[in-house]
Amino acid sequence: MDDTIAVALRVNGRTFQGRCEPRTHLADFLRHELGLTGTHVGCEHGVCGACTVLVDGRAVRGCLMLAAQADGAEVRTVEGLAAADGTLHPLQAAFVEAHALQCGFCTPGILMTLVEVLNDTPDADEAEMREALSGNLCRCTGYQNIVKAALTAAKAVSGVRGA
Amino acid sequence: MPDAKPEAMIGRSVRRLEDPALIRGQGRFLDDLSLPGQTHAAFLRSPVAHGRIRRIDTETARTLPGVRAVLTLADLRPVLTADRLPLQFRSATLPTGITPFVLNEGEVVYVGETIALVVADSRAIAEDAAALIDLDIEELDPVADCRDALDEAGPRVYAGRADNVFSRFRQAYGDADAGFAAAAHRLSLSLKQHRGGAHPIEGRGVVASFDRFADQLTVWSSTQLAHEARGFLVELLGRDENGVRVVTPDVGGGFGAKYLFYPEEIAVAAASLLTGLPIKWVEDRREHFLAAIQERDQYWDFEAAVDADGRLLAVRGRMVSDAGAYVPQGINLAYNASTAFPGPYVLPAYDLDVFVTATNKVPTIPVRGAGYPEGTFAMERLLDAIARELGLDRAEVRRRNLVPGEAMPYRTPMASRSGSAILYDSGDFPAIFAQALERIDYAGFEARRAAAAEEGRTLGIGIACGIKGTGRGPYESGLVRIGKSGRVSVYTGAMPMGQGLKTALAQITADQLGVAPDQITVICGDTGTIPLGLGGFASRQTVTAGSSVHQAAAVVRRKVLTVASELLEAPEGDLELVNGEVRVKGTDRAITLKAVAEVVSGVPGYALPKGAEPGLEGQDPFLPTGLTYGMAAHAVEAEVDTGTGNVKLLRYVVVNDCGRAINPMLVEGQIVGGVVHGIGNALFEWMGYDDRAQPITTTLAEYLLPTCTEIPPIEVHLVEYPSPLNPLGVKGVGEAGTVPAAAAIISAVEDALREPGIRLGEVPLSPHRLYQIMRDCGRSA
Ligand code: FES
Ligand code: FES
Repeated sequence: MDDTIAVALRVNGRTFQGRCEPRTHLADFLRHELGLTGTHVGCEHGVCGACTVLVDGRAVRGCLMLAAQADGAEVRTVEGLAAADGTLHPLQAAFVEAHALQCGFCTPGILMTLVEVLNDTPDADEAEMREALSGNLCRCTGYQNIVKAALTAAKAVSGVRGA
Repeated sequence: MPDAKPEAMIGRSVRRLEDPALIRGQGRFLDDLSLPGQTHAAFLRSPVAHGRIRRIDTETARTLPGVRAVLTLADLRPVLTADRLPLQFRSATLPTGITPFVLNEGEVVYVGETIALVVADSRAIAEDAAALIDLDIEELDPVADCRDALDEAGPRVYAGRADNVFSRFRQAYGDADAGFAAAAHRLSLSLKQHRGGAHPIEGRGVVASFDRFADQLTVWSSTQLAHEARGFLVELLGRDENGVRVVTPDVGGGFGAKYLFYPEEIAVAAASLLTGLPIKWVEDRREHFLAAIQERDQYWDFEAAVDADGRLLAVRGRMVSDAGAYVPQGINLAYNASTAFPGPYVLPAYDLDVFVTATNKVPTIPVRGAGYPEGTFAMERLLDAIARELGLDRAEVRRRNLVPGEAMPYRTPMASRSGSAILYDSGDFPAIFAQALERIDYAGFEARRAAAAEEGRTLGIGIACGIKGTGRGPYESGLVRIGKSGRVSVYTGAMPMGQGLKTALAQITADQLGVAPDQITVICGDTGTIPLGLGGFASRQTVTAGSSVHQAAAVVRRKVLTVASELLEAPEGDLELVNGEVRVKGTDRAITLKAVAEVVSGVPGYALPKGAEPGLEGQDPFLPTGLTYGMAAHAVEAEVDTGTGNVKLLRYVVVNDCGRAINPMLVEGQIVGGVVHGIGNALFEWMGYDDRAQPITTTLAEYLLPTCTEIPPIEVHLVEYPSPLNPLGVKGVGEAGTVPAAAAIISAVEDALREPGIRLGEVPLSPHRLYQIMRDCGRSA
């Protein structure tokens, strides 16, 4: 009764092959087939953003995309953010410094959303940053420190680029 | 108190110990756990709010490939000692037969109630199978509104009940009639408050695994109450403490929803015991909407007697609170709301008749704020009404009624649930309030309002004060140990859900033992490491666990000094604990904590040093004598779009007495988060039910949580009036931000609409609802 399908993809620079039911969404596939549990699931209906990962460089909701659709794609998750030597990504460092996480459950999705924002519009001002984050729910922090951290990281990133 | 050395960790915004793992995606949340051979559970839940089950036919469901078991109450009964869960807060005054069933096989009383449990190789298969269970149910008339519940002629929540009142009590003191007789003014208010759900981003979840070899049932739960959960498991499964261990992984937020032991937890545990399978159940968001506790409707109808200067003389009236279909915990929510009403104000006489009524909806227990926001809202709406009636400024009315600074500590005539007097232990309420007005430039608001009006914008300013009783007893456990490895470990029954509790406890321990906080391991909510605990509720943990850990660390410090004095041949008074060693002050003679720990672990056949006990371990539980109260004053400016009813918050100021702040960064984080929860309650969060008590908001697209774009800059100013009631001087802040928030915001919206003379007495106030109110007032632009 094997009605599973094969999915092959690159995650954080490593190639993975796995099998899953056709209905498995990408977040569950990452979490339960590949053991990458850093990506979280908060609603499974596309609102909370906890499941956000990058697929071919774009932020997507891992709960609204089937694993099968990611076949052949390049996926980046929170586990792939820090450098190989463990150095935190500027976003991660800024989040810790600004106390932008409490329970930390929303954090991976927010970080991945912001990776895209920093790529596309590193000069975003506070209003734009808030707009960019408006698709991610956090019940703990009240968002204030998340925005602060995002702006700090944006500055750090564009500083590096400008140099 | 520990010496306030310059290197003291208490009082510093130390970066969190929790973050290095969480920020890399290496947190360990419940659903990240994967046991060998793990199976998955899904529940069949009641599709109707009230009904009688005629038949549950599980035969087709059982035959689905991948299904391991389909279980009803009858199937679980062999391993259960009771069909129903015990009441969490034991009470002699509540009727029996009002707690939830493990699984219901008879009369279901709310949509989402658990009926059967499927265990399968995957969650998807388990859900498929649950859908194949043939459930024959006779639908009965539900009670959908707690006011209708009081209608003698209406339906009953359970067949055969005499009425729908779980509890009725009076919160009363003073001579209300005399107050009314002396009144210069009388006002009456009718308020409708709705609070909605807790909605941590991580839902509930449980994994149960029964190990026949060890004869031990291990239950991992995303909970706020590990030890209490073990107590329920012990009782319901007829095992003793040796055979049940509850372990709490990282918890992705709780906010009250996880401070309860639920039917799902016992059902999954019982199923594991019965089948021998490791079983995981993880709540999805829809289940959270249906079956996790909420804090729902309260209706306050009361009148107030006021003197000619706007001072309160007496308040009397009625409050109806929606308890939902069961009372799993107690009536604390309504009780808290009734005692929170006077808040930081002097109220000479009070007589509130409280009805805790049953409806055919999921039960209510405290969500962040725990009834205090409702009591505070009622008082603050009253104070605004008094200002209007008497033509006084709203701030002036509050000044005249606040408990004066010199009256502290202030003993109210009310008693807390434990029976002890409600006593406001420290603080200066008028000073805190004055600071909030100054920070938001209350005096300059009329000019800002006028300038905005020039641009066609409508501004209002809102103010509200609240207090929250924190640090509820009777105790929290705390054990400190230095192992032979030299590692300092802290164990407690307190339960972090994101607050940074481990960091705070490490800071407290660090100051006693002279080691850096990041050299300390803090283990919370594991019944295998410490025998007792009460868990995370009522903004209590820094007060209770913090104080117990502080005292436990002091015990260990004394033991270390005794042994080190012997080993270093120096009097204890000459020793200091720094950088993980005990040093003779001003010399380089020192011994590491590791070496001390090794010595007291003993060498077979040789004596311990003089005065030493085996091991370096300490416990000295702190027993609070009462709650400690921190006062908060909130001020907010809002802009109302009179065309659409949209409310935009422009600026938010909080002045909050947090007692002594262990870690100001964490305190501020708690307060900002709490305020935003209150913003949700004020403007967005509405859990809807239709007139058959069928939930109609079951996704986060229908039930709106605040998002980043709705939140104004929130300024938090901490003031520290140490509590005299605990050795650290701390007060709880987990809920402080939520308590006055909705009151302040509605005050601002009403102020913005002062010209059309709109009166607001309800939350949440969605744009749609505000538009209706404006339209009904006939003045909508
Ligand atoms: S889990 Fe995907 S958006 Fe919430
Ligand atoms: S930190 Fe808990 S949900 Fe965002």
